[in-house]
Amino acid sequence: MRRRRILSYGAAGLGALGLTLFVGWWRVDGPGAPVAVEQRPVDLTAMDFRLTDHEGNAVGPETLVGRASMVFFGFTFCPDVCPTTLGDISGWLDDLGAEAERMNVVFITVDPERDTVSAMKEYVGYFHPALRGWTGAPDEISRAAEGFRVIYEKVPVEGGYTMNHTAGVFLFNAEGRFVSTIDYHEPREFALPKIRRTLETDDGGQT
Amino acid sequence: MKPVFLSAVTALMLNVSLSAPALAGAEDIIVDGAWSRASIGTSRPGVAYMTIRNTGDEPVTLTEIRTEIAMMPEIHRTSTNEQGVSSMTPAGEIKIEPGETVALEPGGLHAMLMRLQRPMAEGESYKMTLVFSGGGEVVVEVPILGVAARGPEG
Repeated sequence: MRRRRILSYGAAGLGALGLTLFVGWWRVDGPGAPVAVEQRPVDLTAMDFRLTDHEGNAVGPETLVGRASMVFFGFTFCPDVCPTTLGDISGWLDDLGAEAERMNVVFITVDPERDTVSAMKEYVGYFHPALRGWTGAPDEISRAAEGFRVIYEKVPVEGGYTMNHTAGVFLFNAEGRFVSTIDYHEPREFALPKIRRTLETDDGGQT
Repeated sequence: MKPVFLSAVTALMLNVSLSAPALAGAEDIIVDGAWSRASIGTSRPGVAYMTIRNTGDEPVTLTEIRTEIAMMPEIHRTSTNEQGVSSMTPAGEIKIEPGETVALEPGGLHAMLMRLQRPMAEGESYKMTLVFSGGGEVVVEVPILGVAARGPEG
């Protein structure tokens, strides 16, 4: 008798748990999930691409693991969004001071056709000294973009072309796990706390 | 913020030299905070930002921009969609209602300077002419700041 009651409580409990899990799945990964969830970059440790930095070094996602990272995609022929964002990033790094030395800061081009290693070298030189510029073969850029869930496309304009591209800044912790995005239109004062939080997740999170 | 130049006198003189009833609008326009980023060479497009205020009683429409520094200057608009993808498109004519201020600023409307005629060097400046419907013109002196500048103060 008593045992049966416990069993039925147990069944009800399991049912409730199942429902909770189902609702959770529905809202997080299932059809009810906000689109943004699917657009989160994967962890750096799950990415695979080979690029070259502005000093000619071979680099890949593993280059970033071990320190917190801030990554932005753009192109050097971009007159508005890219210099604005790279200027913002440089300002945040100035505000962080010595802490900035604990971060990788990488600008990856979506326009490898024009952004050669030497073009990247010249361009990043105008911003914070911590900034690295990465370029490479078009298919490797495409693999990198896929990992970061970055969208880009070439758009013809009179006398040439421009690039549409994802303009958020991605933050990863020292283990290479994706932490958050600083969206382009997000109030800039939210950026520093996000970066600090990314740096803090180094502590205790180390494996 | 240093009000960067708008010479009403210059504007009026330009207007006078144009056809007679062309005065509509431009004399009520005040341009502030103009700045540009330095360019790297001439192959990449340049950019200029400023605020344009209509102090008059009638709407005015910015129809065209001209500058000796670029063969193809054009007002563009950067927009970012829900997926966070930014794109730029020509903004066309910009109507400014009485009392309204239109801001050309990073991430929004901007003067895109295509086909630069010379590198835009930090510390220098150049002139840009704003042309309004009715033919009125305003000439703005645009100072060139660093490549990493984020606003009119640098």
